[in-house]
Amino acid sequence: MKIAVCVKQVPDAAAPRRLDPQTKRLDRSGEGVLNAFDVHAVEEALRLKEAAGGGEVLLVTMAPEGAQDTLRKALAMGADRALLISDEAAAGSDLVATSYALAKALEREEPDLVLFGQQASDSDGAVLWAAVADRLRLPTISQVAELSLAEGRVRGKRQTEFGYDVIEAPLPAVVAVSDAINEPRYPSLKGIMSAKSKPQELVSLTALGVEPDRAGDQGSRTEVYALGDPPARGDSQKISDDGSGAEQIVAFLVERRLV
Amino acid sequence: MNLDLSPEHDLIRETVREFALERIAPVAEELDREHRFPYELVAELADLGLMGIPIPETYGGGGGDTLSYAIAIEELTRIDSSVAITVAAHTSLGTMPIFLFGTEEQKRRWLPELASGRRLAAFGLTEADAGSDAGATRTRAELHDGSWVIGGSKIFITNAGTDITGCVTITALTGEGEVSNLIVPNGTPGYEISGPMRKLGWRASDTRELSFRECAVPEANLLGRRGEGFRQFLEILDGGRISIAAMGVGLAQGAYDLAYAYAKEREQFGKPISTFQAVQFKLADMATELEAGRALVYKAAWLKDQGRPFAREAAMAKLYTGELSNRAVNWSLQIHGGYGYMDEFAISRLYRDQKILEIGEGTNEVQRMVIAKHLGL
Ligand SMILES: Cc1cc2nc3c(=O)[nH]c(=O)nc-3n(C[C@H](O)[C@H](O)[C@H](O)COP(=O)(O)OP(=O)(O)OC[C@H]3O[C@@H](n4cnc5c(N)ncnc54)[C@H](O)[C@@H]3O)c2cc1C
Repeated sequence: MKIAVCVKQVPDAAAPRRLDPQTKRLDRSGEGVLNAFDVHAVEEALRLKEAAGGGEVLLVTMAPEGAQDTLRKALAMGADRALLISDEAAAGSDLVATSYALAKALEREEPDLVLFGQQASDSDGAVLWAAVADRLRLPTISQVAELSLAEGRVRGKRQTEFGYDVIEAPLPAVVAVSDAINEPRYPSLKGIMSAKSKPQELVSLTALGVEPDRAGDQGSRTEVYALGDPPARGDSQKISDDGSGAEQIVAFLVERRLV
Repeated sequence: MNLDLSPEHDLIRETVREFALERIAPVAEELDREHRFPYELVAELADLGLMGIPIPETYGGGGGDTLSYAIAIEELTRIDSSVAITVAAHTSLGTMPIFLFGTEEQKRRWLPELASGRRLAAFGLTEADAGSDAGATRTRAELHDGSWVIGGSKIFITNAGTDITGCVTITALTGEGEVSNLIVPNGTPGYEISGPMRKLGWRASDTRELSFRECAVPEANLLGRRGEGFRQFLEILDGGRISIAAMGVGLAQGAYDLAYAYAKEREQFGKPISTFQAVQFKLADMATELEAGRALVYKAAWLKDQGRPFAREAAMAKLYTGELSNRAVNWSLQIHGGYGYMDEFAISRLYRDQKILEIGEGTNEVQRMVIAKHLGL
């Protein structure tokens, strides 16, 4: 059983975030962390591997070279190795270009199962897994809150507004997990110490067979035209608590039929 | 010169920080209020390999260096001192003597359980009449028919009486002016442990009085050679000081974090109190001293990891961060005003937990004596 987990380095949510007005891209120069949804995907992959009594958990990411430090956390949790697609030509890749590069890497690796966190905390696109699955012509299940494998099939429980969908697909398949799926482990000291010696392979786009016109700005079909501040919050009302704060809030909500 | 931490050290910090925030912070106030020993947290820390960080993996430890250990203790203390001292006393005082001075047989017998955190160990040096003057121990041990028969008492011993404590290593007089260390397993007849001592801070940490009456342990429980006890405990304390110094930095950082957040949120005279220069200057001083204190602790840890002499720096680090943490909790509580005096504000616990850092493992005065000796005075 070979499980690939596609992970992304995102800016630390605790640090202030900034959009670069020149490039109209998110400023990624600060500390990067592993996208929180992806940590759940890594955890799920490790559990599947442990339940199966063996196999390989492979991390796949497209990011600048510094991302190795971020990948280390997932390796410390127990992933076996990492594939880092790192190429200056990849800068500015949108969903179309990113999904192409990831699909190329996954084609090379031929995993039995591909896991994604369902969205990334920086761009919140929440469609990359679908695009990758489409390129690989693989079935996909999204928003998965419970996952199991049996007899060459994957079964996912998807939370909906009214209950659950239970969806099955033959392997190989692409699954996007929600953060309700598990409680990720903390890396153990042993895991942290051994992460250093786990393979982290750097590959260029060319090495994966990604044509230059299908990567970065060139390979992207979307363009950011303008950046603007979010509109100032309108008719907000500040309630200071003089003992009746709770009542005032309830009255406010009732008035707008929100409760 | 490179002052960057390695990616492993960064990840240890990040991991312990998350653990402390997610697992310890929600229960710290309750553990303190109920004087309850954190068994569940110790088990979780053991699973992560944090109960024996600097002990090699071959003995069941984490195989980390002193710096990793200091960083972990710092991050734990930032949230809760009781949990941090439980780890620190177990590691530096309980486990380390057996690792450093034990025979291969003693190591095989004790270390796998201790370094993995399945059991805890304590170090009993202090007596009612032998505190700073720790060499003045009155507890005696005499060799009779292949057993050491121990008589005497110890006081203020951390981790000695928990349900999972395996043993205590004590100093005892084994002859005129001859101090030796002996391992006494919990449950040995004649070894009695008092109820938990009630104290100002560290309320979730286990502190006991021990008494030994006709308490017999096998001759083989002697740690190292006869008469080496004095030199051994000095060496133990040198290393232990790095972890207490790390606690000083962690506690000061925790106090600073609380003050910073509170100052930005609390409004008086129509604006956040963080806009008042008097408050800003306190925070600026705290942040500055924290940098200095942390650098001193990491340097001591680094020297030890390089196999170089570190006792001077360890004493300096403990002295400086002990006093720094005192200023930090004091200023932080001041910035909190009356709210800081209330139990539901974490700073009140940090304030109570601070003072011991200037007393345990050598008082400030003792550190100055040690430093003066290193200066050739
Ligand atoms: C919560 C807690 C946990 C502890 N855990 C342990 C443990 O696990 N194991 C253990 O062995 N001990 C432990 N101790 C004991 C601790 O190490 C001692 O309390 C400490 O060494 C000081 O000894 P003392 O209390 O007897 O004070 P004393 O030595 O009586 O000191 C009283 C005062 O006199 C000063 N003084 C003493 N001699 C001199 C001198 N020559 N010059 C100048 N000033 C001097 C001291 O600095 C201090 O201010 C613990 C203590 C506490 C409170």
